[in-house]
Amino acid sequence: MSASIILDPTNESRPAQREQLARPASVKGLTVGLLDIVKARGDIYLNRLEELFVAEGAKVLRFRKPTFTKPAPPDLRHEISIQCNVVIEALAD
Amino acid sequence: MKPQLPDGFVAIVKRECATCVMVDPLFAHIAASGASLTVYTQDDPTFPTSVAALHDADLSVSWHYDIETVPTLLRIENGVEVDRTFGWSKDAWQKFTGIADLGADLPVMRPGCGSLSVDPNLEDELRVRFTSSTLHSRHVELASAEDEFESMFIRGWTDGLPVIPPTPERVLRMLTGTTRNPQDVVAIAPPNLVQLTVEKIAINAVMAGALPEYLPWIITALEAVCNDEFNMHGVLATTMPVGPVIICNGPGTKAIGMNSGVNVFGQGNRANLTIGRAVQLTIRNVGGGKPGEVDRATHGNPGKLSFCFAEDEAGSPFGTLAEERGIAPQQNAVTVFAGEGPRCVVDQAARTPEQLTNSFAVCLRATHHPKSVLSFDAILVVSPDHSRVFAEAGWGRERLLSELHARLQIPGAELVRGALDIAEGLPPKFADRIVPKFKAGGILLAHAGGGAGLFSSVIGGWANGAMGSTPVTRPVLS
Repeated sequence: MSASIILDPTNESRPAQREQLARPASVKGLTVGLLDIVKARGDIYLNRLEELFVAEGAKVLRFRKPTFTKPAPPDLRHEISIQCNVVIEALAD
Repeated sequence: MKPQLPDGFVAIVKRECATCVMVDPLFAHIAASGASLTVYTQDDPTFPTSVAALHDADLSVSWHYDIETVPTLLRIENGVEVDRTFGWSKDAWQKFTGIADLGADLPVMRPGCGSLSVDPNLEDELRVRFTSSTLHSRHVELASAEDEFESMFIRGWTDGLPVIPPTPERVLRMLTGTTRNPQDVVAIAPPNLVQLTVEKIAINAVMAGALPEYLPWIITALEAVCNDEFNMHGVLATTMPVGPVIICNGPGTKAIGMNSGVNVFGQGNRANLTIGRAVQLTIRNVGGGKPGEVDRATHGNPGKLSFCFAEDEAGSPFGTLAEERGIAPQQNAVTVFAGEGPRCVVDQAARTPEQLTNSFAVCLRATHHPKSVLSFDAILVVSPDHSRVFAEAGWGRERLLSELHARLQIPGAELVRGALDIAEGLPPKFADRIVPKFKAGGILLAHAGGGAGLFSSVIGGWANGAMGSTPVTRPVLS
């Protein structure tokens, strides 16, 4: 049997294309969000990053996901988006 | 759209049917009685000969009025069917028409013939003709020279094995397995959080090689994995080698031919393999969860193609897993567990339940790592040869589980970092404590496998509880 018509098994949606923001030349004066996904020892990595960013003149805000196994809750994502200029997510182990 | 029939008597016949030919003269008799009569013929527009007939050429009337047998005689009042009789029964036709001597010289009874609208050779075509508007998915047209199997690989729609092309005919046939509307949203499918409709599940079920009667099980399994409790997103994204393990319970497992016996986790059973495969294909194609993208497993395991089996309920001294998890007896149900591949527990010497429990305990302790505690659940699948030892000693589920947990209380000195010269472990403060290997309820017990073999099986889990995945059990509805 030659199947001439088949039905699309996918969700048929196209992901929204968003332009990446330009990388800032300097972090001085910017608010940097550090998102801890709560993998083991991610905090050690972020603590060091915080020291480096503060030394560069950035303001640092810390955030945590409830668990690394699930996507960040929408409220947390919104909070980061309105409070920060840039965000760094720590994936560690 | 369902055609409107005129009030009065409506007959559906075909010339090919000897009973229809036999009752042909009666239509003139009915018409002569003053009753309103409309006759539809399925095959030959010149039949019947005693009155003029309308030709149900596209079988629309027959399909929409669910005509299974010809002749069928309907009574329509105010546009609605109020009664029907089919085949030939002198008594029934006389009462139905109110004509006392109708067909007086005919035999008392003759069975009718199959309606063309239920002819197996036409049924798929008719279903497409009359119900394809219920399908909303994009039509993908393949070139005549295109190999449909290769084209599905090229489009990235397979799990690495060939899939059945989901033609409208096949998808509509699959949908006969459920009473649900194709556009019903069953769940929000991770990782892309898209609405998962019955139609999309049916398409992927066709591709997996499933039969319509498996569809309710597939839908239920997808409902069970696509929620925050089971956390299919995390099960996909983890680097650990887990996927949804699907355990089916209830009389329906036998009705659809599932395997709970020999080679229960292995190849060879269509229902077991295609139910699990359909779930994973749906997550891949609709949810967008693909290896190397959101699926980051370091090794994965072959069960991520499909890992689905039925429990051997009849032979179990433990009751059923579904009943243990709150499902009524005899209710079909699906339990999903985020698990790795099965690992064999060999004990061919134990003759007492205590000895066998000791073996189970040491093997369960090794789940993921002998020094790992409380983070992972496990399923212990006990074989008939092993369960007999417990049955003969009068041990049921509760006894076995409590004896197992009692044997899996581990001195912290064996678990702390550095103990056994292994860096992995608990912080030093646990050295003086006793720590359970599994949390309460962390061992699920199931019964399955072939009748010979003093082996059982452990299926290790993934991060448990709210931080990871919790097993989910759901009743299977039609």
